[in-house]
Amino acid sequence: MTTIINVPHSLEDKSFELVLDQVAPLPLDEKIIVDTRHARWASPYALTALLALAQSRAERPVLYVPEAENVSHYWSRMDFFKHAAELYEIQGRVKSTKAAETSVLLEVTSISKSDDVHDVVDKIQQRAQDALVKNLNLDAKITMRFTMALSEVCQNIVEHAGRGGWVAVQTYTWRVRLGGRKVVVIAVCDPGIGFRQSLESAPGFQKRERWDDGLALEETVMRGASRFRDPGRGQGLAGVRKFVGTWDGKLSIRSGTARIAVLPKGDWDEDEPLLEDLSYFPGAQVQITIPERVA
Amino acid sequence: MLRKSVCELYSNLVTRPTGAAVRCEIEQELDRIGDRALTVIDFSHVGLLDFSCADEIVAKLLLQYVSLDAPRREVYFLFRGISESHMDAIEAVLERHKLALVTQHADGGSRLVGIVDVDERSAWEIISHLGAGVSADVAEVADATGLSREHAERMLDILWRRRLVIRHDNGYVAVGSATAAVGPMRLDA
Repeated sequence: MTTIINVPHSLEDKSFELVLDQVAPLPLDEKIIVDTRHARWASPYALTALLALAQSRAERPVLYVPEAENVSHYWSRMDFFKHAAELYEIQGRVKSTKAAETSVLLEVTSISKSDDVHDVVDKIQQRAQDALVKNLNLDAKITMRFTMALSEVCQNIVEHAGRGGWVAVQTYTWRVRLGGRKVVVIAVCDPGIGFRQSLESAPGFQKRERWDDGLALEETVMRGASRFRDPGRGQGLAGVRKFVGTWDGKLSIRSGTARIAVLPKGDWDEDEPLLEDLSYFPGAQVQITIPERVA
Repeated sequence: MLRKSVCELYSNLVTRPTGAAVRCEIEQELDRIGDRALTVIDFSHVGLLDFSCADEIVAKLLLQYVSLDAPRREVYFLFRGISESHMDAIEAVLERHKLALVTQHADGGSRLVGIVDVDERSAWEIISHLGAGVSADVAEVADATGLSREHAERMLDILWRRRLVIRHDNGYVAVGSATAAVGPMRLDA
């Protein structure tokens, strides 16, 4: 049996839940067709999550590519199809393009080992300064901190996921929520063991009366818990939290059936701090959003 | 005087494996030096230092040589070339492990960074302000801080065990106050 998964026109972290609602109930070995033909826009989160989705399936899924040429071009420029070709049976016409996408700070990039993190850091430093300082009017101090945050969230894949994942970074204009303000977004998605299972692998771990994905996220993100006994562990995400707080940004992490969000002080986002009972998706999906500074 | 570059593979110090590799190189160099050493670690050629790498290089290095109970050897560290973003990562790991260290700036001035209580900081600053290589004895520190002689002695002993001051003759010299000409151990690209 084959099930068609309909992808919304606008695909970002919230609307990706509609994709997961369709996929989660299906057996892992059931063939799925991910139909993106009518997609008009996809965030870095959506592109990296689509790859993680394919990795999570036992049966290689089919991908119907977007029909709109500009969308297909953009996904190509983000190197999405380059990686998707290894995970999906691609159906539809994909035009290869060499044109650079100026809004892209980092194309969709595979992360599976420490050297990949070095490559990402080296690559983005060259582009981050212009994007963050000139385009988003942010203080020059942000560049190094931004790269530190990126490094830490990428390392979570290498240290904890148990399998490879993806990262992408892009600036774009957030028309709906920010009334035309620009944002820079880091998306890091993997289909690995996720936060709960990672904590459960800690030496001497004992389940509490209530123990689920939401609590595992709270322990890790808000209280710095780690599967390692080393007290130096858990600092990476604490540093990322501090970073988003300093720049009025937002951090959201989805793992398993829950999603936690560290919300901005400003009023540009009205998300829930914790969402539970979501459709199951393995691994961890992280999104960091930093808005343009306005006078 | 040893001048040694220990990190030539990467321009940015990120990830735990990288940090652990750099720390191992530093430790090997220290093993060659002997039981008493002042080590200057220079970050001025390091682009990015992330939290994980700072934990591996700075915190775990200090933890091996700084202990209130039984320090491994008498090794002192002075950190140079620390940028604002390096400091974010370093301060975070010092706080996590309740450690402290001394940084030295381009003008030669030194600063105590990390977790130190008020009396310890006050004593360290008094000794540090005495000038290059000038040592202070317990009585001088007790007078300057207004502490009893016993209290001042205890505090100086703690600062010494934390390797923030050097015991020299019958007094104490602040780490960083006599090291302007010392060749650093560079962490660079």
